[in-house]
This record gives sequence, structure tokens and C-alpha cells, in this order.
Amino acid sequence: MKRRRSLVRRLIEKIIEGALTISSTVTSLAVLLIVIFLFKEGFSLFGDKPIEKDFVLAVSKYNNSVDLTSRQIKDIFDKKIVNWKEVGGFDRAITVFTINDIGAYFTDAELGDNLENLPLRINQLVAKDTGIIAYIPAKNIVKDFSGKKLKIDNVTLGGFLSGKEWFPTAQPIAQLGVLPMILGTLLVCIGAILLALPLGLATAIYMSEVANQRVRNILKPVIELLAGIPSVVYGFFGLVIIVPLVQHTFNLPVGETALAGSIVLAIMVLPTIITISEDALRTTPNAMREASLALGATKLQTIIRVVIPHSLLGLTAAVILGVGRVFGETMAVLMVTGNAAVMPHSFLQPIRTITATIAAELGEAPQGGLHYKALFALGCILFVITLITNLLVEWVSSKRKVAKN
Amino acid sequence: MKKKLLILVIAVVTMSFTFLAGSIKIKGSDTLLPLVQKWAEAYMKLNPTTSISVTGGGSGVGIAALIDGSTDIATASRQIKMDEKLKLQEAGKAYVETIVAYDALSVIVNPENTVKKLTREQLEDIYTGKTTNWKDVGGPDLQIVAYSRESSSGTYDFFKEHVLKGKNFSSTCLMMAATASIVQSVGQTKGAIGYVGMAYVNSTVSDLSVSYDKGVTYIAPTMANAINKTYPIIRPLYFYYLKTLAATLKPAMTWVLGADGQKIVKEVGYVPLATK
Repeated sequence: MKRRRSLVRRLIEKIIEGALTISSTVTSLAVLLIVIFLFKEGFSLFGDKPIEKDFVLAVSKYNNSVDLTSRQIKDIFDKKIVNWKEVGGFDRAITVFTINDIGAYFTDAELGDNLENLPLRINQLVAKDTGIIAYIPAKNIVKDFSGKKLKIDNVTLGGFLSGKEWFPTAQPIAQLGVLPMILGTLLVCIGAILLALPLGLATAIYMSEVANQRVRNILKPVIELLAGIPSVVYGFFGLVIIVPLVQHTFNLPVGETALAGSIVLAIMVLPTIITISEDALRTTPNAMREASLALGATKLQTIIRVVIPHSLLGLTAAVILGVGRVFGETMAVLMVTGNAAVMPHSFLQPIRTITATIAAELGEAPQGGLHYKALFALGCILFVITLITNLLVEWVSSKRKVAKN
Repeated sequence: MKKKLLILVIAVVTMSFTFLAGSIKIKGSDTLLPLVQKWAEAYMKLNPTTSISVTGGGSGVGIAALIDGSTDIATASRQIKMDEKLKLQEAGKAYVETIVAYDALSVIVNPENTVKKLTREQLEDIYTGKTTNWKDVGGPDLQIVAYSRESSSGTYDFFKEHVLKGKNFSSTCLMMAATASIVQSVGQTKGAIGYVGMAYVNSTVSDLSVSYDKGVTYIAPTMANAINKTYPIIRPLYFYYLKTLAATLKPAMTWVLGADGQKIVKEVGYVPLATK
């Protein structure tokens, strides 16, 4: 009887052990698969053409300006460039033509009942108007086409990172430049850290060194409560309170600015910074504090000269974790920064962050399309940024261990 | 105790499977979501054996789900795109497109703004960044803050095609993730202008009359003007489903397009199909 019971116990132990192994394997595998998926989807962007599949851009064969940048093509279709000589070609007005304009040139009878004459008519049109730029389906091009197709460059990593215009759904050429978003993200995050850091560290020092037990017992749960508020609530609070406040204080035409985002993020990241740095401060042995006081140092001198230097590495870890949280935050930023993808040059203007872009646009992007891939590539950039912050934390805490030993 | 729990679990699982048997899955546009939910509720009340599940996510998400077969009906606030069509073709799936209602867009400004009407050309200049001050369109000397929906939203596409005549929005436009945020922001920003579905307009903002004939006639965004199609900024809302399901969905579609279904369209604040 006794033997059987011990056998059962051993069996149960084995099962639990197995379950633990399996769950850890599954978790690691899941993480690995997600990362692989992210990069696979993101990097498939480079090598694609920023034009809708099975569509081509064609110009007259007499046209000598065939090396148009995607920016120039966009400006042509926005009618900001109206003459070919502006892009280094001959002096002729540009006629913009998309397939929807066909009705203005030909009657239904000329096109045929099932549009069977469409390729022929397009050919006629391109032959007649030497200033034309036509955005047409590739299958509507006849064999001896009287125009020439424009060469469209592939999306490159360099162009993606340094481009300044983000029009992922623009026709005919999507503009995929993420520089404004990277800079916007950095700007909001730097602002948030500049606001949260002094405040958070001061609160941590107060709680760990100055406050008595009773105050600390009240303050600590309150601060931890801040961490439990959903970010949508912060976002809404920001939109309704912080945005008008920023607008009126600085007398701005619009309140949705980088500054509003920084303030909301700073509030959100405070609990992380406070709890971790308080824990770090408390690792200072009491003996060191007492020794400092016994040598005649005041309380403030003790804090500045003894406690802070001793827990400096822990404080750094708190800061870096806070930075990571700030970079990854989506919802609140999405709601208060205005999301205008312009190059940021001050805190008092609308900006757009990487996370907000992904959250706002992924839902409507056609799956597997260019826009979808571009958003995944943005995700990769974000992943790299957070990975670097995490590695920094690892590095700092490993140094701390070395220092302690 | 454990046995009872097991029985309960089995019962729940079997029950959910029986429900799935007579179920319709609908996925897609967030614009259509409130309307489709109302339709689903009313239809399920009439036909207790049918269960309908409705999820949002966006027009693109809905059509993607239709392509991979995870939804029966995809709802969309824009017409299906060329590459989506090609994907359906590749998958060997023929689809049916049905217009189920219309959505009229109102152009809104802050109530303190004295501008009450704009032409399409003026709207185009404002949103492409050519006009940046209200005094250029007959208003006070105030910087214009243009609010837009996100570039991936069906509303954005429609506004771009229909009002900007295919031109791109200026980069300086503020892109909002949700229609409600546009209303909120326009309500609290003096120089703001925005465009939202007619149903979202409330007393914190004022809507503009729009002219599509260079200022000859200005049409106010009212339900009556939208139904008789004199109001110009109006877009169709679509249902997409596979041809193979057409017979199964026929009773539901007939009801949606009929008098009862269209009455709900009006209640939710969208524009019903013209009665034949």
C-alpha cells in the first residue's frame, strides 16, 4: 500500500515536471515564431514595387523623362507638377490619366459592350497625347504599345528609413517614408522621460528615505494603482483634459501635440520608474546610512552621497525599463498626438508615432499587400528599438551583480 | 463533483456546436458595425434558430476573412480593391456585391466658426494644404486645423476620391483613429474642420452646407437631402459574400434590403436605399 502510494507520487511528480518543460518550450517557441513571422512579413516589403499589383504607369514614347522618383510621380498626380520640363523633360503640359477617366475620352460604344476595345483605345490615347502619363491595368496594354512603361524602383531599406512622406495608400505610387514616425516616436519618448524622470526619482527617494511607514503604506498602493489603469482611459483623459490644457496654455491652434503625448506617457510610466527605483534605493544597507549619519552627515547629504550612488545601477535599470514602456505604448499616444506624419521640429506640433501608425492602419490594410508589409516593417523597427532597451537593462543589471560581488 | 463538471462542459460544447450549425458570421467595416449589430439583433429575434455573430476590425480585415474563409459575409465601407479581387479569383471564389445602405459624410467645424458653407474646391484646397487660414474662405483670421481619418479607413478613401478628386491629403492633416475622436477634437479646437458620418454629428460641432457646382447651390447635410441624393458627399456601404452561400443567405439579404431592414438603417443614422 505504502509502496503504491509512493509510486503514484513519483508519477505525479514526473507528470508535473513534464508539463512544466512543455509549457516553457511552447512559450519559447511561440516567441521565436512571432519574431520570425514579424521579420519575414516586414522584410518581404523590400523588393516589392510601390505600385498596385498588375498596374503600370505609361508615358508617350516621345517622352524623354523616364526616370521619375516616386515623389515626383505623386506630385504629378496631385497636379503640383503640371509640365514635363519641371522634371527635366520636354516642354509639354502633363495630362494625368487613370482608367476611371476613360469615359471623358471615349463613348461607351467606342469602348465596346464588354470593354473589349479598351486596350486599343488606351493605345490610341497614349499615341495621340504626347504629354500623357497613364495609370492603367497591365492586361489592357496591346502588343505593339505606342507608349513606354515607366520603370518603377523597388522599395529599398534606405528609402524606407529616410523617406519623409507617409502615404501608404496613395495612387498610383505609395509613399513609404518612416523617418517622420521614427523621429516623432523619439521626440515623444524623450519628452516623456524628461518629465517622468525627475518626478519619479524624487517620489522614489521620498518614499524610500523620507516618508514614514504610514505615508508609505498609503502612497505605495496608490502609485501601483496608476499602473493598473488601462491605457485607453489615459488616452481619453489626455484627449479631454491635457489636450485643451496644452492648447490654452501655449495659445496654440491645435492641442494634439507631441507635448500632450509626452505628458500622458510620463504619467503612465511613473509607476514603473517609482516602484523599481524605490526597490533599488531600499537595497542600500541600513548600516551604510547609519555610518554616514554617525560621521555627521545630514539626511540630505546621506541620500545624495551614499544612498543614490549605491543604488545607481538599479536606478538606471528603472529608467531604461521606463523608456521601453514609453516606446511600446500605443493607445494613449494614438489618441493625443494628432498623428500627422510631418517631420517634427518642436514639441508644440502634432506628430505621429510608430505604434500609433500600426494600430490605426493595420485593421484596414489589405492582407499581404504593400501597406500591410510596410506596417510589419515598422513593427520590426519598433522591435529592434525595444530589443536594444532590453539588452541595455540586461547589461546594466549584470554590471550591478559584478559591482556587488 | 468532477463528474458533474464534466457533464456541464460536454453540454456547453454540444450546445455551442448546435448553435454554430445555423449561424452566420459577419466581419468587416467599423463604419457598418453599429448598423449590422442592430440588424443581427432584430433578425435573430424574428428567426430564433439563426445565430449571427458580428465583428468589426475594418473593411480590409473583413475582405481578408472572406478570402481565407473565416467569415460568411464581409462588410465594407469601400468597394473591393483590385488586388483583393485578384486574390479571390486566385482562390477560385466568386463573390456577390450588394449595396445595403448609404452613408452621408458631414463636414463639421467648431460652433464658434462663422463659416457655414464651403464649395468642393475650397474643401480640396483646405485638405491638400493650399488654404491654411479661415479668412481665405470668408471666415475669421484663424489657422485651419484639418482633421482626417486614418489613411486605411474607408471613410478616408471615399473623401479622397470624392472631395479631393484623388489628390493626396496634406501631411499636416491630423489623422484620427476613430470618428468619435474627430468630433471631440473639432468640438474643442476653434480652427478645426473635420469630416464624419452624418450619424456622428452632435451639438458640440456644427455642420457645413456643401456646394458641388462652384457655389451656385449649397446643400445642407440633412437626412431628406441624403435620401433624395441631392447631398453630394454620400457613399455606398457593401456586403460581400461568396456565390456558393447566396442561396443560404437569401432570406437574410431579402430582409435586410426590404422595408424592415431599411427602417433600421434610418434609425441608426445611415441613409436607406431609395424605395423602388
